Amino acid sequence: MKKIANALDLRRVQEDLKKNFDPNKKMVTICAGTGCRGYGCIKVKEELEAELQKQHMDVEVRATGCFGFCEKGPLVVVHPEKIFYQQVKIKDVPDIVSKTVGSGEVLEKLLYRDPYTKETVLKEEEVPFYKKQHRLVFGQNGMIDPTRIEDYLIIGGYSALAKVLTGMTPEGVISEVKKAGLRGRGGGGFSAGVKWESCRRAHGSPKYVIGNGDEGDPGAYMDRSLMEGNPHSVLEGMIIGAYAIGASEGYIYVRNEYPLAVLHLTLAIAAAKEAGLLGKNILGTDFSFDIHINKGGGAFVCGESSALFASIEGRAGEPRAKYIHAVEKGLWDKPTCLNNVETWANVPIIINQGAEAYASVGTERSKGTKIFSLVGKINNTGLVEVPMGITLREIVYDMGGGIPNGRKFKAVQTGGPSGGCIPERLLDLPVDFDKLTEVGSMMGSGGMIVMDDRSCMVDVAKYFLAFLQEESCGKCVPCREGVRRMREILEDICAGRGKEGDVELLEHLSTGVADGSLCALGGSAPNPVLSTIRYFRDEYDAHIRDHRCPAGVCKALITYSVNAEKCTGCGLCVKVCPVQAATGEKKKPHSINNDLCTRCGACIESCKFDAITVE
Amino acid sequence: MVNLIIDGKNVTAQKDTMVLEAARSAGVNIPTLCAHEAISRSGSCRLCVVEVKKGNRTRIVTSCLYPVEEGLIVDTRSERVQNVRRLVLELLLARCPKSEVLQKLAADLGVDPHPRFVPDTDKGKCILCRSCVRVCEEVVGVSAIGMSSRGSHKTVGPPFKEASSVCIGCGACVYVCPTGHIVMQSTGDKRKIWRRTFKMQACEKCGKYFAPVDQLKFISKKTGTPYKELAVCTECR
Ligand SMILES: Cc1cc2nc3c(=O)[nH]c(=O)nc-3n(C[C@H](O)[C@H](O)[C@H](O)COP(=O)(O)O)c2cc1C
Ligand code: SF4
Ligand code: SF4
Ligand code: SF4
Ligand code: SF4
Ligand code: FES
Ligand code: FES
Repeated sequence: MKKIANALDLRRVQEDLKKNFDPNKKMVTICAGTGCRGYGCIKVKEELEAELQKQHMDVEVRATGCFGFCEKGPLVVVHPEKIFYQQVKIKDVPDIVSKTVGSGEVLEKLLYRDPYTKETVLKEEEVPFYKKQHRLVFGQNGMIDPTRIEDYLIIGGYSALAKVLTGMTPEGVISEVKKAGLRGRGGGGFSAGVKWESCRRAHGSPKYVIGNGDEGDPGAYMDRSLMEGNPHSVLEGMIIGAYAIGASEGYIYVRNEYPLAVLHLTLAIAAAKEAGLLGKNILGTDFSFDIHINKGGGAFVCGESSALFASIEGRAGEPRAKYIHAVEKGLWDKPTCLNNVETWANVPIIINQGAEAYASVGTERSKGTKIFSLVGKINNTGLVEVPMGITLREIVYDMGGGIPNGRKFKAVQTGGPSGGCIPERLLDLPVDFDKLTEVGSMMGSGGMIVMDDRSCMVDVAKYFLAFLQEESCGKCVPCREGVRRMREILEDICAGRGKEGDVELLEHLSTGVADGSLCALGGSAPNPVLSTIRYFRDEYDAHIRDHRCPAGVCKALITYSVNAEKCTGCGLCVKVCPVQAATGEKKKPHSINNDLCTRCGACIESCKFDAITVE
Repeated sequence: MVNLIIDGKNVTAQKDTMVLEAARSAGVNIPTLCAHEAISRSGSCRLCVVEVKKGNRTRIVTSCLYPVEEGLIVDTRSERVQNVRRLVLELLLARCPKSEVLQKLAADLGVDPHPRFVPDTDKGKCILCRSCVRVCEEVVGVSAIGMSSRGSHKTVGPPFKEASSVCIGCGACVYVCPTGHIVMQSTGDKRKIWRRTFKMQACEKCGKYFAPVDQLKFISKKTGTPYKELAVCTECR
């Protein structure tokens, strides 16, 4: 790409690109995100290209970023009709090319089928999963090839940067971001504008801006999909932020396990530099700014600000106890502004729309949208971008399509490993930063794990504490030793060794660990325990007093038996049982020897008559 | 100078002093384990926590790292502070049940071993405060020891659990270790530390073994002083 001389030239380049792009032209887009790659989308893409050539059709196949509905990948959209095909296989390709691309015929079997109404849906935006979404940040992912800066420019990319550099003072930008009410999407929900302002005022040079793309929460991948699918939006946000703060250098911290994100960011940085949108004298002005990529080792704690700085500086990624804020002394003890990559990607939108329009979406103190990764016991898993203030119920039932196999919703865990579990009676809670904190959970980076009635909440708390214990850096005593002791107690409770008073002890330990820990990992580690005690105290009591696991999960506290009335004597359980605990004569009620049984659950999965019960 | 209030007392301290030192100079005792005057501070033991109030905001901070501020109100004994301190000691007693230092500290503060915690048997007396690592790096300048693994698997020692090739046997780590975890044995012309045996230099004047040959060689190389001049113990010098 040729160097863009100035803001006017940028407009010209965008116009030229638009002129050469006919929106009514035929085009096939295919998601090439990490999720769909797992389902073989690259092979499908190659096949599409080969088939189009074979059938002599001059149609572009565009590999785009993640659409969010990864579970149904590979996803293909045929334009301009926007026909949405899911779970596309190589063998479907000839028909897609000849029938749909060739003559507009819709292939019914590739359309999304609503699991309840059984009706098929033609277009992406009509699929229930997408219908209530508000895809402000994520919306362009499906239209652009993230490896081509031209695709980003066509949709108005870098216009916000041009607007800022030609018509706004740094203070003006900060005031706009403050007015928009943008809060950090990576953790605490701190006001971005306030942070930028303190960093601008701080003494010291150079100043740094950093994009936090560490994303260590198990199961979360919204930041990955954003960096993979629309890397320029993150860059543009950071460049605008750097201008506002007066920073000359930036870093994006990405984990090594995200090779595609690293690749796309690297390509984007190179392309932006070549186009004069990054580097020396951006868009012909005297503002210069450069961005480097820093690949992290992937520890969860490296996402914490002081550990992240240590890691970039080449030291062990451990948090540092300091009572001077990073905006004054951060990376290499210089003024530093760290924001999550999703936070950065919101910035060009604010500048383009204006603060007022941006702030019209959301609740009083949480503006705009948030991307959540919806996983667990839910029909539609994937990434959803929703307006702040939407209820949990809408997310779980309207987008997520409810709980599979007709089971009952029990809780949703939000905020990553140190978030909290929210029970059914709070499903109408409007989702925003403050509401989630009020109920004992948090926004965190946007993880959302749905649990059904077969999840044991003590077991869930144990699982998260085990994760946090493994991820604790081990520097300070309350976290290293305290989280471990809490986990031991939870293990005891699950194994039937719980003691009267353990719940109170856990609460007591929680206070000390939260108050005493050096960084927020230890500071928030008790959340999963406290929130499950708060809402599911009866389950703790059942484990401790009655040696019973009501959800039928904790192996030491359950027994498997056969309901003689329901059992037809089909013998399937005998076949699947790995330890010969299930026995019986054909056509007669079977039985299970609990001395042999390992509680693996294989028989219950296999039984077609619901005859095996767990107690 | 900065004025602040510690446990109700008006205290004046030099700018950049830490609350810990300001408190001590005013006769207020705050227990510590990982703050040693010879080395930089890590804030890892969390025993020195205090509650600070600034405006309407109260929070728990480590006094060994929190610089004094004008108008700051410090409470070194609040309920929350004591709760953290007790927990830290209970946790450390369970980790290092044999440490006399911890036992004494706990007794002073009225803390008993927690009956619900099963004591560790494999951690020795090490509380992982990192003081030894710091002194070796910052003062001695050889970085012979470090931390390995993460979280509750963390251990301290020479890399790969082997005898360190760069250790000079100076014993500085033993000197700063708050709990006496590091074992240094000196017998005759030998000194054993971190799985290595060092040959000791006898004082050329009085004949007493006073320092490892490796340490004197290291100093000689670093300062350019001829080895001969160093081979005399401090008392005879
Ligand atoms: C243990 C721990 C892990 C964290 N991991 C991340 C992360 O992966 N990504 C992120 O953006 N923020 C993470 N944070 C929050 C950051 O410390 C920081 O608050 C955030 O990046 C600031 O950006 P924001 O204001 O835009 O959210 C983590 C915090 C802690 C304590
Ligand atoms: S709270 Fe945990 S992760 Fe944070 S410094 Fe302490 S030990 Fe490390
Ligand atoms: S739970 Fe597993 S081990 Fe037990 S009877 Fe069923 S299949 Fe056999
Ligand atoms: S004895 Fe060895 S490990 Fe200890 S401080 Fe001296 S050089 Fe370092
Ligand atoms: S050996 Fe001593 S100084 Fe070193 S980390 Fe352990 S307790 Fe601290
Ligand atoms: S990776 Fe294809 S939809 Fe997410
Ligand atoms: S003495 Fe302050 S944290 Fe250890």
